[in-house]
Amino acid sequence: MGPAVTLPGLDAGPSAGFAVSLRGVTKIYDSGVAALGPVDLDIRNGEFVSLLGPSGCGKSTALRLIAGLSAPTSGSVKVANRAARHSIGFVFQEPTLMPWTSIRANVRLPLMLAHVPDAEADARVGEALAQVGLAEFAEAFPRELSGGMKMRVSLARALVTDPDILLMDEPFAALDEITRFRLNDDLLALWRGLNKTVVFVTHSVFESVYLSQRVIVMTPRPGRLAAEFRIAAAEPRSEDFRTSVEYAGYCREVSVALARASGEKLAS
Amino acid sequence: MSSLETPPLSTAQARSDSGNARRVRIVLPVVVLAAGVVVWDLVVRLNNIPPYVLPGPGAVFSTLVADWSILWQSLLTTLLTTLEGFIAAAVGGIALALLFNQSKWLEYSLLPYAIILQVTPVIAIAPLLLIYLPQQTAVIVCAWIVAFFPVLSNTTLGLNSVDRNLAGLFQLYGASRAQTLRYLKLPAALPYILGGLRIAGGLSLIGAVVAEIAAGSAGAGSGLAYRITESSYRLNIPRMFAALLLLSAAGMVIYMLLALVSHLVLRRWHESALGKEN
Repeated sequence: MGPAVTLPGLDAGPSAGFAVSLRGVTKIYDSGVAALGPVDLDIRNGEFVSLLGPSGCGKSTALRLIAGLSAPTSGSVKVANRAARHSIGFVFQEPTLMPWTSIRANVRLPLMLAHVPDAEADARVGEALAQVGLAEFAEAFPRELSGGMKMRVSLARALVTDPDILLMDEPFAALDEITRFRLNDDLLALWRGLNKTVVFVTHSVFESVYLSQRVIVMTPRPGRLAAEFRIAAAEPRSEDFRTSVEYAGYCREVSVALARASGEKLAS
Repeated sequence: MSSLETPPLSTAQARSDSGNARRVRIVLPVVVLAAGVVVWDLVVRLNNIPPYVLPGPGAVFSTLVADWSILWQSLLTTLLTTLEGFIAAAVGGIALALLFNQSKWLEYSLLPYAIILQVTPVIAIAPLLLIYLPQQTAVIVCAWIVAFFPVLSNTTLGLNSVDRNLAGLFQLYGASRAQTLRYLKLPAALPYILGGLRIAGGLSLIGAVVAEIAAGSAGAGSGLAYRITESSYRLNIPRMFAALLLLSAAGMVIYMLLALVSHLVLRRWHESALGKEN
């Protein structure tokens, strides 16, 4: 965990098999707040990773750095195929839809910005809407949809470019539990079917354990990696897993680590 | 079983309730207007006030009918000036806001002068404009000066009110400046722009009237405000009232038209144009 070592040639992309690779990454905002780091993190292709931590632990900052929406203060962020600018899909905490236009046009936005031909765009938008089960709502406006449906639209928009990496910033935090469980299952089904790398930010222990292959616990201010858990549960996961002893065990371990990560910081 | 049913507060009933509320909102002002006219008439009659001091509503109405051809022409003149000033204000205000949004340097250089133009009373500028510009142009410039600032400031506010995450999304997908403007900033600013235009409509009428009055005292022009000054010199008070009535009516119609446009444009998505039920 020494200072960041920048190997020559690393700029060409992350090492083989890695979708995302962070080396000695820190982020200090103009206000002087140290939000993140230093952080070293590798995420394999096709992996489902959760970043878990209390509010203000820099997990959203990490996600924005990976997306290229902000630049690290130091260190390097490598993302496979970033040159292909549609290799990343981003889902925000809010649905972040354009209220002035239809669901179809909202999902179509990334394709429109990339000047994808109409016929192809139509087909891909239809496919993405079908994937999230909203095909018949294409002509509705965002305000006519429920919170959960809007979140699905947001997911469809992220999927429409067929990205390699899906970045999700507490996407289901504002939803009720019933809707959240259903969207969790839908997300897992999509992930299994589409073979994408998912980086999922959450502050829910239960959500992170249920969804992820790997849970990374972070400390607050500045955000650092405190602990890491592999969730080696049998796939596909379902309601059975959510009520299993194994699941409860993982949750307990992760909760303890989370409490320690948050507590250490308070003590110092 | 029937005891378990909820009391039927049917949609029809709810609709008739809101229908009633709407009717009340129309009926009440009309009642106030009628009462005002009756009181006005009584005051004039009972005190035997001569029409060159205060004409009764009957006298004003008959003047309106008798002088209709003159007043109608004047109304058209004033409305044309207002429209030209309004269009200039809308185009100028929106264009300036877009320029400011693209270049901070331009904003820092020019915004103080836009504010100075706004805070200097137009009635004080109008006589100067009339010296340097042809009369018709001066009148339009006056209307523009008064009306462009709300468009400028509202559009600027709107362009800066874009959702941060949506802006991030456009950045993530590599949107060009033109794309961001066309598909994100302008639609997001639209409710603000329409609000600015609604204010500008009334203000451009005020600007036109102010300039006409300033010009009218110089003896030229034929707009409604000119008719008012002219009638005051001739002590034709009923005609002053008739012209004033037309100006008020014109202002109301302009406001309602712009409110209607705003409602039609925004009704599918913006909170301001949605019913309470939604």
